[in-house]
Amino acid sequence: MTAMTTTELWCDRCGEPVTDGAAHPGCSSARQLEPPRYCHRCRRRMKVQVLPVGWSAVCVEHGEIRG
Amino acid sequence: MPEILDQARTQVLGDGVGLDEAGVLAVLNLPDEHLPAALQLAHDVRMRWCGPEVEVEGIVSLKTGGCPEDCHFCSQSGLFTSPVRSVWLDIPSLVEAAKQTAKTGATEFCIVAAVRGPDDRLMKQMREGVAAIRAEVDIQVAASLGMLSQEQVDDLVDMGVHRYNHNLETCRSYFPNVVTTHSWEERWETLRMVRDSGMEVCCGGILGLGETVEQRAEFAAQLAELNPHEVPLNFLNPRPGTPLGDRPVVEGKDALRAIAAFRLAMPRTILRYAGGREITLGDLGTRDGLLGGINAVIVGNYLTTLGRPATADLDLLDELKMPVKALSATL
Repeated sequence: MTAMTTTELWCDRCGEPVTDGAAHPGCSSARQLEPPRYCHRCRRRMKVQVLPVGWSAVCVEHGEIRG
Repeated sequence: MPEILDQARTQVLGDGVGLDEAGVLAVLNLPDEHLPAALQLAHDVRMRWCGPEVEVEGIVSLKTGGCPEDCHFCSQSGLFTSPVRSVWLDIPSLVEAAKQTAKTGATEFCIVAAVRGPDDRLMKQMREGVAAIRAEVDIQVAASLGMLSQEQVDDLVDMGVHRYNHNLETCRSYFPNVVTTHSWEERWETLRMVRDSGMEVCCGGILGLGETVEQRAEFAAQLAELNPHEVPLNFLNPRPGTPLGDRPVVEGKDALRAIAAFRLAMPRTILRYAGGREITLGDLGTRDGLLGGINAVIVGNYLTTLGRPATADLDLLDELKMPVKALSATL
């Protein structure tokens, strides 16, 4: 699973700014059981496909990530 | 021992006759100290009338998001501000998902689409996808595509889809609080056509939508009247951006009470753990439910959210000495 890091600009769950590089505690917890929905680099909503094993998320600008 | 459990021991365990709505309500209202006895009885009923095997299933979303309906719990409705975007799964990826599911030992693979009902494009995708899976993967294929016409029911039978899921979601009296773009009766009509076609009927719902305990009992009784082959039991996982996004999750003990009550209403059905169990019950509650009437699980991820790793559930079944139902037993 792709974890949020301190270099991110946007929360990949709620799409709100990540202040001072600190992940939102509620979003971080929820992401244990959710794929990302927003590109952490540009805040675009991603096209997300959840599969029985794993997921993929595509940002039109920044490409695909998988978990 | 509360009177309702004595009655259930004779009627449900002994004779295989499910509790009626009043009986289900009495179980749902049992005080905490009687919950272990209710779960034990529900487990005994499951073992007697269904056996020790557990049916394992994987699900996948063929068409995600952009749904025109307004089911208030659903992040895939295009009417809400949910972050879920519309996306289609291609056939090779669908087949690969079926292969991954089969590797877990699952005998069921359910293809789901977020639609009011299938259009020609979706039916074509289904026909190609089901054929490809049946050619390459040893697994039973089920489908969940919303409301169907008779022609579509016949087409799915022709494709070899053996079970159709269409959840009533909640009881008839509460349904208009949850969905306004179609009616409970429309869903019932699809279920009737599916039943008449010979496909197995899979119909359950979601607990924690704001329904009362009485309405939960009403729902169990309505499902028992339908007598589905399988009842998937979901617990609300509040999704951001949906009208029910701020609702609390169901208390663990209430969820377990519901599992026992639904089993005592439907002694012979496949009662499946579905979405929301991770946040409602956690690991310990998952075990309690499997020892309290549940005899089927969805393993791996759900449609838009993630589940426990399949190995966690399979290891638990092994520990509980509950064999996974083999494909040969389903044919």
